[in-house]
Amino acid sequence: MEPVIVTRGLTREYEGGVRALRGVDVSVDEGEFVAVTGPSGCGKSTLLNLLGGLDRPTSGEVEIGGRRVEALSEARWAHVRRDEIGFVFQFFNLIGNLSVADNVELPGLLAGLSPREVRARRAELLESLGIGEFADQSPTRLSGGQQQRVAIARALINRPRVLLADEPTGALDSASAREVMALLREAHDERGQTIVLVTHDARVAARADRVLAMRDGAVASETRLERGDKTAVARLMQLEV
Amino acid sequence: MRFPLLALLAEGPAHGYELKQAIEQRFGSVLPPLNTGQIYTTLSRLERDGLVDDDAVAQNGRPNKRVYRLTDAGRMELRGWVADATPAARMKDDFFMKLVLARAAGIADPLELIDRQRAAYLQALRELDDVTVADEVSALLVEGAALHLEADLKWLDLCEQRMGS
Repeated sequence: MEPVIVTRGLTREYEGGVRALRGVDVSVDEGEFVAVTGPSGCGKSTLLNLLGGLDRPTSGEVEIGGRRVEALSEARWAHVRRDEIGFVFQFFNLIGNLSVADNVELPGLLAGLSPREVRARRAELLESLGIGEFADQSPTRLSGGQQQRVAIARALINRPRVLLADEPTGALDSASAREVMALLREAHDERGQTIVLVTHDARVAARADRVLAMRDGAVASETRLERGDKTAVARLMQLEV
Repeated sequence: MRFPLLALLAEGPAHGYELKQAIEQRFGSVLPPLNTGQIYTTLSRLERDGLVDDDAVAQNGRPNKRVYRLTDAGRMELRGWVADATPAARMKDDFFMKLVLARAAGIADPLELIDRQRAAYLQALRELDDVTVADEVSALLVEGAALHLEADLKWLDLCEQRMGS
């Protein structure tokens, strides 16, 4: 497996000497689903922002698809973000006065895809995410869970090398959160989508293939998770009669 | 096993194998496979204590089938079980013992213990979330177990904050 994202010795210091990251080495393989967890202030969102070029490291390297990106100009980063990275945020960040369809199509058109191709991809994505019926509505009329699905469609329209998700279930009730996680897993299982997801929620992290636990700006531990089977359940429940 | 069997017999008389099937059907995949011998042992103890009684039913060419039914004393006993509140879960936590004592003895790094435990809880949570339970009873039980694991994971965070260094 080729790594899609690699970081080496990544640090981020803010003014006043606050060290948000103190040397992070991470490698994410193509098709992997990685969750980054940890208490607030551990540096997990800073890490995601550095991976997506929304922030710049103080030192260290970031590689995306084999290409060093940490020193790129903002204009070049904008191209990398548009072509290689899909973002999903906690509060959806949709454009309220555009329709659902236009929100999803916009990044595709900006990337120079033909309108016909963009329409086809948008229709297929909305359908597979179960929100095809809302294409012509404003996203502001939708529930949180539905809005997050629109945001996922928008993030996937350019078939990004990696999907970066920052607390994607943080603003949702538990039922919607589970639906959104099921859809992210589906994108991973069926499209082989590489995903890096930041969450403070253990239940959400447990859906990933690998969990990186951060502490004080560094990766403290790493856990590979195996799929469960039926016998595991009875063992876990320890229900006795 | 005593009270579940009494409760099943409250629905009507049944023989041992029917009781086994009934409880497996009620709790589906979340119940480990039942030991038939244990059911018969429990039934004979309940009979000895006067809580159930049995009638022998003749079968063609096979030994008599014993059909069990609740006695009045059994019904009283069952009513008491149902009426009492179940005690809250006790803090019986082997990990906490290990953490406190291994730390005091200086034989383990508390952070390593916490990380390993967190990995085990995450794996357990993953296995529960991968289960597709068809029936509502099993789904509720799985959800309950997941909520407990979430609490355990939060508690590990607290252990880390207060005892990690």
